[in-house]
Formats: sequence, C-alpha cells, structure tokens
Amino acid sequence: MNDQRKNVVLAKLIEKFGGDVVSTHSDFGDDTALVRRERILEICAFLRDDADCRFDFAMDLTGVDYLGETPRFEVVYHLYSLKNRQRVRIKVRLHEEDPEIDSVVPVWPGINWYEREAYDMYGIIFRNHPNLKRILLYDEFVGHPLRKDYPKTKRQPTLGPQE
Amino acid sequence: MAVEKKAQGGGYALSTLDSMIAWGRKYSIYPFTFATACCGIEVMGAFGTHYDLSRFGAEVVRFSPRQADLLLVAGTINYKMAPVLVRIYEQMLEPKWVVAMGACASSGGFYNNYTVLQGIDKVIPVDVYIPGCPPNPEGIIDAVVALQKMMETGAPRASERWPIKI
Repeated sequence: MNDQRKNVVLAKLIEKFGGDVVSTHSDFGDDTALVRRERILEICAFLRDDADCRFDFAMDLTGVDYLGETPRFEVVYHLYSLKNRQRVRIKVRLHEEDPEIDSVVPVWPGINWYEREAYDMYGIIFRNHPNLKRILLYDEFVGHPLRKDYPKTKRQPTLGPQE
Repeated sequence: MAVEKKAQGGGYALSTLDSMIAWGRKYSIYPFTFATACCGIEVMGAFGTHYDLSRFGAEVVRFSPRQADLLLVAGTINYKMAPVLVRIYEQMLEPKWVVAMGACASSGGFYNNYTVLQGIDKVIPVDVYIPGCPPNPEGIIDAVVALQKMMETGAPRASERWPIKI
C-alpha cells in the first residue's frame, strides 16, 4: 500500500509537469524528483493540495554547493505529509551566475527561515521572499561561508559595540 | 608575655594605604561570569560546595557588569557575540580584570573557522588565561589566586597596556 502510494506521487508529478521533471528515483524508499526551477512554485502548490500528495509539512530546505559541476548549486526540499504519512524530496539545480529561484513561502509560510539560511550560507536568492536577509550571521559579514570556494582561513572584520 | 609588653600603649602596625586597599580587593573579588559554553559548567562546579571558590573571597557572583570587577569569560565567543562582550567589558568599573577561561576564549580553540573569534584578546585585554578544554575547577581557583597575587603586588593590569602598541 505504502509503496504504491509513493509511486503515485512521482507518477502524478511526471503526468502533470512532464517537461519540468528532469528525473526521478525511489532508491531505498527515498522518493526523489529533480525538477526545473521555472515552475517550482506550481509544483509545490500541487504537492500540497493534491489529494494523493497532501504534503502539508515542509520539513527542511537546504542548499548544496557542487563546486566544479554545472549547474553548481542545488536546493533541496524535504516534504512530509502528515495525512498520508509519506515523504518526498524535491531537488532543483541552479547555475552559478544566476542562483535565483522563486520563494515557496506562499505555499508553506514555515519555510521562511530555511530560505533565509540558504541565502545566508550559499547566497541563493529566493525571489519574492518577504524578508530575505541574513539569519545566522551578522549583516556586515562578507561572502557566503558554506560555499566550497569560501577561503578556509578568511577572517571577517571584528565589530565594536553596536548601538 | 613578651608580646603583651610590646603591645603596651595600644597595638598598631605600619602599612600604606595602597597595600590596605589591595588587601581588601584581594579578598573581595566580585566575578561576572560570561559563560557561553561547557566552561560555564566548570565555573558552576568551582562556585559550588565541593571546590568552594568563596574560600578565596570570590563567591559573590554579580549578574550586572556594573557591580563586578572580574570578567570571567568562559566559552566560545564568535564574531556576532564579540560586540556584546566589548559592551559588557566597557560597562565594568575600574579597576577591572579579565580571565579568559579555556581554549576557546584564549585562542579560538579548535574552532578555526569563519565565525569564531580567535581569542577574546582580539577585542578586550586579558589578564589571566586558563588552559584546558574545559579546565578543571582547580584551574579557576589557580586563576583567582594568580589575580590575588597581581592585586597584592600592584602588577600592571592588561588594560593599562591596551591596545598593545609596538
């Protein structure tokens, strides 16, 4: 039952967004879909609202830096359905010169801080995000430290007392 | 009997005002603990009954920097926290002393990365460094005794040599 349901999600995704789903796999029970960034907002809204999907809980969003590959960056969404008790992983690749993607805050408001973290650490821009600024580091920090080409020995300027 | 004869007509001892004040300071250190990591647990152990730092006159922990004269920095300080630490240091009244407790506060420790301050002496003057990760409560007692010696002898405080000019 559960396996069938998992396949249903990926099959529905391919059926509805055929051209925008680059690849899918279900290795070791992990349902994963690599999609194009253009329709990420629609895809997420579909996954939330469709009766077989009902992914109402965006558990995690993170960035990945594959330095040396093209496209260089990846955004990973981990979604969970509290109703159907299933998970799915959505991946989107972004090019280095244009690391922008639509924010999915309109779909899941709770994803707000995850997107800010990905921006903070990787410099990925989330378009139409309500408050896209650094969340962990301070505003004067230069660069994005989890990028693989961030110099290991680089030190940031030390600040004096803030008003 | 010999003592009584010497003390006849009222006993007194000769001293200087400075050494009187130093004696008073030495046994009434008011620490302010700036504990941000596991070193803070060892600080609690040092103030607790077993090690009992009050034996050295340093038991009155003040939770306002304005009432303290010893800043005990116990733990990792990162760049975002550094301005807060400087602000707290500036609020303390003179004379004041600073103890950097543990590897992180002294040098950044094993956090050699983009976010951790590589030793609090990058932003404030430090009088005594305690090695260890974390140090034992004995280390804190040792630091307090070292401070008492500094107070007694009138050794120059680190803040008098701050910022270091070469």
